[in-house]
Amino acid sequence: MTQMNWTSRLVAHARLRRVRRRHFLVMSAASIGGVLVYSLDHKVSRLVAQPTKTFKIPLRFFTEREALIVAAAASRIIPSDESGPGAREAGVVIYIDRQLAGPWGRDARRYTHMPFADSAAPEFGYQGAASPQRIYREGLKQLSGFDRLPLSEQDARLVEIEQGVFFDLLRRNTIEGTFCDPLHGGNVDMVGWQLIGFPGPRMSNAAEIDKYRGEEFRPKPASLTQMTRKPHRPSEDEAT
Amino acid sequence: MKNLPRTDIAIVGGGWTGLLLAKEIAQRTALNVVVLERGTARRSEDYANDMDELDYAVRFSMMQDYSQETVTLRHTSRDRAIPIRQLGNFLPGTGTGGAGEHWDGFFPRHVPDLFELYTKTVERYGEKKLPEDHAIVDWGITWAEIEPYYTKADKLIGTSGKAGNLRGKVVDGGNRFEGSRSEEYPTPPMKNSYFSSLFGDAVKSLGYHPYPNPSAILSIAHTNLDGIARPGCFYCGFCSRFGCMVSAKSQPTNTLLPIIEQHKTVAIRNNCSVRRVLHEGNKTRGVNYVDASGEECYQPADVVMLCSWTLNNTRLLLLSGIGEPYDSATGKGAVGRNLTHQVGSATTLFMEKPLNRFMGAAASGFCISDFDGDNFDHSDLLFVRGGLLRAMGTGSQPILSFGTVPASVKARWGSEWKKAAVYWYDRVGGISFSGEHIPYKTNYMDLDITYKDHLGDPLLRLTIDWHDNDKEMVKFASSKGTEIAKAMGAKEILTQPPYDHYDARRYQTTHIQGGTIMGKSPDASVVNTWGQHWELPNLFIVGASTMPCQGAANPTPTVLALAYRTADALIDHYLKNPHSLI
Repeated sequence: MTQMNWTSRLVAHARLRRVRRRHFLVMSAASIGGVLVYSLDHKVSRLVAQPTKTFKIPLRFFTEREALIVAAAASRIIPSDESGPGAREAGVVIYIDRQLAGPWGRDARRYTHMPFADSAAPEFGYQGAASPQRIYREGLKQLSGFDRLPLSEQDARLVEIEQGVFFDLLRRNTIEGTFCDPLHGGNVDMVGWQLIGFPGPRMSNAAEIDKYRGEEFRPKPASLTQMTRKPHRPSEDEAT
Repeated sequence: MKNLPRTDIAIVGGGWTGLLLAKEIAQRTALNVVVLERGTARRSEDYANDMDELDYAVRFSMMQDYSQETVTLRHTSRDRAIPIRQLGNFLPGTGTGGAGEHWDGFFPRHVPDLFELYTKTVERYGEKKLPEDHAIVDWGITWAEIEPYYTKADKLIGTSGKAGNLRGKVVDGGNRFEGSRSEEYPTPPMKNSYFSSLFGDAVKSLGYHPYPNPSAILSIAHTNLDGIARPGCFYCGFCSRFGCMVSAKSQPTNTLLPIIEQHKTVAIRNNCSVRRVLHEGNKTRGVNYVDASGEECYQPADVVMLCSWTLNNTRLLLLSGIGEPYDSATGKGAVGRNLTHQVGSATTLFMEKPLNRFMGAAASGFCISDFDGDNFDHSDLLFVRGGLLRAMGTGSQPILSFGTVPASVKARWGSEWKKAAVYWYDRVGGISFSGEHIPYKTNYMDLDITYKDHLGDPLLRLTIDWHDNDKEMVKFASSKGTEIAKAMGAKEILTQPPYDHYDARRYQTTHIQGGTIMGKSPDASVVNTWGQHWELPNLFIVGASTMPCQGAANPTPTVLALAYRTADALIDHYLKNPHSLI
């Protein structure tokens, strides 16, 4: 793993994608756990942060306001508390931002032919016309100012929307961003995996499966790129 | 329209059946074969870098792209059908190897009486025991006829397991209820996870008869009948929805493709979607397809073999106007009838000790057949048939398994839920039930009248709902699951909700049968027992679409056995003297 200049790497990355960034998420090093394993231009880098420093992370889909709301809401779904780190340390907001900007956010693989039968019974699955991008954009309008509310009021706002499509998606994406391979931008420093004792992909458990019967086997987590030492192109980086 | 040079045999679909037929034809004849596969080219080496839960298991990167094509669903013929807009109830594959790449590899044979389901059930219980509106029929073949082909499939796969009935003798430790097998499994049973061993001990203490799951994942290094050598499993846990990193899991790309590639007579064309089977009088003359560049192509062929997935085989016949579509009101017509899925339910156990559930292999574990088929008396039960109860030895990854908490925890998010979810994360195990979905007159397929695919062809419409027999079977299975869970010492138990309507969100399995079923006469079947079309003798259909009944067991072993049987019929008989094989 390489230790390198955070800002120059980000700028290089933005140039690589030839996208003019209007929005950045400003985060303090403390709020993202201080150490970051983070994929930029499809490589994993380890960035040792200084606690006093702030980072400007370029956003692919969210505005800065939206990102702050998503970060705050995800942090109420999987909070950072006495049982361990949560969505905030895992960098879930960055994960969701990338997913929304990618093919999944655009509904690239969902059947979207008309007519939409929105009133169909639930057992037919989601029948709405709105893509994840639109569900987030509309849903976030209802949470305006959310990140500046006291925690108890934040929880009350989430209870109000918890039966809806937007919350369902946000909850699912929060779990994904906490436990995905770090190459997708979440699970920073594999904090999610450490929380539950998941070691990541391993070449072999052939000996251990016979050895550990009803007692914990907790090898040090390693990400896919660390294990295979090969670049891996995540689906969210697929060309449009 | 591009007119291509004639080929001897055109095969539609490059999965298990299409590539098996291509391999057999290449090894045993000098004929030219073109395989048309709608998805991308894949090789077993591609999977060395695929252990990413998000892209593979959550975003389904190996599955059919529903933005291009899906199916519509309705529960009865009176309802308006609604498209299934995202993957859910089943996970069709695409690309070379098809769903045979991302499967679990559970490899059980059917119970012997399944092939004579109508006769055997009526013999034992009388006609009155059969559910109203059932479409149960005999297949037209018997256990004795298919068993040698099951054995051949085992030798291709290198199946791991232990025989329970070897040449008529019951053997301890195997499945005592299985049909007599002519040979022992090629490789010994797989290792078992701690959790599945607990299941094995518990069911034994209850008086049932556990046996190691028959597995298409190799337990040890093995060289198959074609000389293909593959390693034993490393229990990495990335099986289901992934391609195997080391090729221990049998896949078309690691068992069939390497042989096919040695033969210049077979051409696999990827990214080619077949739209029509062309026919004149009593012959097919080839297929039309759209190639990777979007150009329409005409591929003339002397023989056409439909080897795509169940739903596509049926849809291609309907789109091509071959045979009479099934009419549920009159019972006439055969194309589309006897649609079956697989009955399924799961019992979730919260255990005291950590399970290290990241280790494992999808097809490992223990199984019981005490409640499969007619292995138990149904006289006083409200249903016929049954299924397999299994402890899955599969490895699990965190996105799809985090968050399962006991029913006492009401929250779905926040600190209380998180704390419980973290505590229980590595203490959750599952008992799964795979049950027999019997065919009904009201469950069938035809073409949708509203929705189209990306090329403008009508989608396939599924008319399917659960019946009382299925609902009662699930209730029974849940009670057995709970009984076993208690015997395993589970601290808490969760049971999946009982069946209501067929649900596009609830993953059952990717086992769909029927639509182009086999039979003894052309009245109510599409193909004869060799897979040959009744009206067009140079059209063969291979796959689970020819299975008139589902059987609780996963269909791939039977699909491969039937494919081998069709290969023999084609090569040893039809090609020597093209005619109807009866």
